[in-house]
Amino acid sequence: MAGFLQQLVEGLGAGAVYASLALALVLIYQFTGIVNFAQGEMAMFSTYIAWQFTVAGLPFWLALVLTLAVSFAGGMLIERIVIRPVEGAPELTVVIVTVGLFIFVNAAAGWIWTFLIKDFPNPFPGGAVEAGGLSVGYSTLGVLAVVAVVMGLLYLLFQHTKVGLGMRAVAANPDSARLVGIRVGWMLALGWGLAATVGAVSGILVAPLLFLEPNMMGGVLIYAFAAATLGGFDSPAGAVAGGLTVGVAETLAGAYVGFIGSDLKVGVPLAIILFVLLLRPQGLFGRAVVERV
Amino acid sequence: MRGPAEVTDGPARTDAPARGRALARSITPVRRRWIAVAVLLAVACSLPFQLVPFRVFQFTMVMVYAVALLGLNLLVGHAGQISLGHGAFFAVGAYAAAIMLDRWDLPYPLTLPIAAAVAFVLGLALGLPAVRLRGLYLALVTLAIAIFLVPLLKRFESVTGGSMGLTLAKPAPPAWTGLAEDQWLYFLTLAVTVLAFLLAHGLLRSRVGRALHAVRDNEAAAEVMGVRLPFYKTLAFAWSAMFAGAAGCVYTWVIGFVSPDSFVVTLSITLLAGIVVGGLGSFSGPLLGGLFVMFVPSISQDINDAAPGVIFGLLIIVVMYVAPTGLAGLAGRVARSTENILRKE
Amino acid sequence: MRLSPIGCAAVTTTLLLATAACGGREEAGTGATTAAGQCSGQQTTGITDTSIKLGGIYPLSGPASAYGDIPKGIKAYFDYVNAEKGGIGGRKVEFVVRDDGYQPPKAVEEARRLVEQEQVFALFQTLGTPSTTATWDYANQRKVPQIFVATGASKWGTDTAHPWTIGWQPNYVSEARVYAQYLKQERPDAKVAVLYQNDDFGKDLFEGFKRAIDGSGITVAAEQSYEVSDPSVDPQMRNLAESGADVFLNVTTPKFGSQALAADARNRTWNPLHIVNNVSSSITVLKPVGFENVQGVVSAAYYKDPNDPQWKNDPEMMLYFEKMRQYAPGANPAVPYFAFGWAVAASFHKAMEAVKCPTREGLRDAVRSLDNVQVGMLLPGVTMTTGADDGFPIESMQLMRFKGERWELFGEVIDTRKEFGPLTN
Repeated sequence: MAGFLQQLVEGLGAGAVYASLALALVLIYQFTGIVNFAQGEMAMFSTYIAWQFTVAGLPFWLALVLTLAVSFAGGMLIERIVIRPVEGAPELTVVIVTVGLFIFVNAAAGWIWTFLIKDFPNPFPGGAVEAGGLSVGYSTLGVLAVVAVVMGLLYLLFQHTKVGLGMRAVAANPDSARLVGIRVGWMLALGWGLAATVGAVSGILVAPLLFLEPNMMGGVLIYAFAAATLGGFDSPAGAVAGGLTVGVAETLAGAYVGFIGSDLKVGVPLAIILFVLLLRPQGLFGRAVVERV
Repeated sequence: MRGPAEVTDGPARTDAPARGRALARSITPVRRRWIAVAVLLAVACSLPFQLVPFRVFQFTMVMVYAVALLGLNLLVGHAGQISLGHGAFFAVGAYAAAIMLDRWDLPYPLTLPIAAAVAFVLGLALGLPAVRLRGLYLALVTLAIAIFLVPLLKRFESVTGGSMGLTLAKPAPPAWTGLAEDQWLYFLTLAVTVLAFLLAHGLLRSRVGRALHAVRDNEAAAEVMGVRLPFYKTLAFAWSAMFAGAAGCVYTWVIGFVSPDSFVVTLSITLLAGIVVGGLGSFSGPLLGGLFVMFVPSISQDINDAAPGVIFGLLIIVVMYVAPTGLAGLAGRVARSTENILRKE
Repeated sequence: MRLSPIGCAAVTTTLLLATAACGGREEAGTGATTAAGQCSGQQTTGITDTSIKLGGIYPLSGPASAYGDIPKGIKAYFDYVNAEKGGIGGRKVEFVVRDDGYQPPKAVEEARRLVEQEQVFALFQTLGTPSTTATWDYANQRKVPQIFVATGASKWGTDTAHPWTIGWQPNYVSEARVYAQYLKQERPDAKVAVLYQNDDFGKDLFEGFKRAIDGSGITVAAEQSYEVSDPSVDPQMRNLAESGADVFLNVTTPKFGSQALAADARNRTWNPLHIVNNVSSSITVLKPVGFENVQGVVSAAYYKDPNDPQWKNDPEMMLYFEKMRQYAPGANPAVPYFAFGWAVAASFHKAMEAVKCPTREGLRDAVRSLDNVQVGMLLPGVTMTTGADDGFPIESMQLMRFKGERWELFGEVIDTRKEFGPLTN
């Protein structure tokens, strides 16, 4: 039983990592209706920037703040340069552009920083809380806490600020939003900037666990997709709940379902994506969208 | 490097200006296409006698990719469905052929229809749930399938050879042809490619093709107009898988080795990049895409080790901006404008 | 001029026949040359009295591109030999490197490019078991030496149908035997937990280990595999920890090696003897985990680690550092991949000096009749020996334990041939 509970805890830890990236995915989807395939790579790139700052001798927390600022600006810049020209184009076009961005960012990171792994400072202490035969690492608790804080901040931003109101208006109906005087273009860029910032947090959280190299987020991305699908692509709380569920499901399946084992557990997110999309396409927490011709 | 692409649009322009103008007028677009195809075929047939085996191999692979891209073009370009898992069907075809050759010692020509059929059926099976998904979601599901396939292939070691893969003998040229191995493989691939293009051509001119276009242009409207949406979307998925499977089978003949790590998700992404840059929804797009997939990485690696990725990524984005119809669209535009100049003279 | 589709077909056929009839093919190896004299009839493509051209295929892009540093070490060695020693036996070495992105079809293409277009004398290193498997039929059909491939699969030595292909580094099975031998002495009733990469490399080493402990008191208590596409091996590590094994065998590639070492360090309740395989034993893997967390980890080596202070005054190591700075100025010589490249290039130098005929056949025979050849960058006591029934150049390794900030070698050099008899299929 203790073993099972321990697996559960570790599953939550893994889930928090997926949730952090899923949050960024959901953010962009909410504002622009795009699933950003390059989200993980952008997060990886941000993490390299943070690494570069720490190598230059900056203390970790200062590097973090600088990285978040750079990522925010970078995200807006990407929206302005890369996404703006295909705004309003068919979904297909936009998806392909983000796939292109994915390939580009990944290769660019390899070009700049090589493919050798880098050590990334862990903001959390190494120990673990021991209670009743369970052991929960401080870094697991830390990741969970940060994800909760980020989710809370996003909630505050959306529900209690004017910017958040504007963003929601744009997400709901861009044309009407434009009519009431909201600068839609800037709101979309803001959405990308925010998502890039949340992505940077995600990258910095996972880098001490996964070790930094250009393909670091490649493996996480599919789990984050599953998390966002499960929670609903338009719900930050759903993304977090989805992330935790995916993490636990994957860990338990890998540990206790003999046939799946550790080699086939990547099938778990696939199964989740497929089942959710077939049974409840809007996800557990999402709203159904009615399409007009 | 002389690729077949360069000759597609340049027949009969060496005559005297007057005759040239008369000729240009008398050649309707349809007829021009036939001439282009004929010239292309003639060049394709003579290539293996002119080039060193290494180049012959490269063009063989161009055609393998072109057949796979033909399927992707059907799905993405004509039916407007996104697939990030096309490499999975390619792998299915490759493995089906490899297993038939390795375990059952089937003669290799038989493996082609069977591999294609296996991929078709699998495409149909996956297409059934996929029809309920649209756009983004379909991309997610197909991506997950492509990722999942690799460990799956490794798991069933007794059949697939596990992570070690399967090594196979390549088809030997019959003695009467007098051809070398690489030439024989080239002609086999050429035959499959021609067959595949004819099939795709016929398919798109049929009811199916019209229905697919309607789905791409406006799904909801198409449904209202009475297009049986699930049926045609599933069919598009299955056809596209079949072409990928056929390409995978030819790949097995040509490379003589399959392993799970040859079919990682990068392959699917590369294929998508190929068809986008080659030209979505156009006839010559798959061929140009095949050339792109084959030659751009080897040329760009001379710049920097990471350059192929950077250039791949950039090209995809740029092509989506300036030429949504890809290289094929560009080539068409160039051809039309030169023709106009020719007429005005 | 009016052409119907049928007319077009006719034109096509005519053209086709015309080209087929008159377009005789240029002979495949236009530059193919043969030797005269006592070596008469043997191939001298790519080699003259003043030059040798070699071609290597590595993953310079894609997920395995960390290995892309190896050819830089090789290039530095050849540049040094060309500039200061007049080349190998008066022949300047040209080393052409191509990228296959760890993709077998790409490797086939590049092998053909190197052999047919670049007209290389030999393929000097193809990296990875899949890429080498995809190319060795071709190399052997064309009778091109495929020398010192950078993979430890045992088939390069056990296979008899491909005499032109030979490995270099200790094969994974030999390495597994070294660990098994160590455990038999130190922990004769060890319960071993194994983490391995689910590919040819991981399987080869793990299967070799299972065979080597057969009949002893050592047992495998738990095994877990992972895919290179997995984000992390933490879940696998947890499952292994639950087995309560007292030895942990870490069969991973660099990134996952770091993750497994870190996971073991984090787990305070499970403290097994940690054996990490040679592929992941480089300092670049251990450093990100923190040296304080990897104390006492055991591995095995066969070439000198540039980070190890005991080689500080070793002449070969001093030469290596000096020449790396000179000929590969951007590279950090402490990265062991460069030392690996240097060592394999020096091994080629020795083999080339031993050829009876400066021909492809001569090189093939030379690398298959190495007798106790010493290479400066290899550990003292580790030498290259091959013979008619032995296709493995290096089969000795020495155990090492991590202490402070570096590996410390301990015990004797273990010659797995002597310990276990020749490797057979």
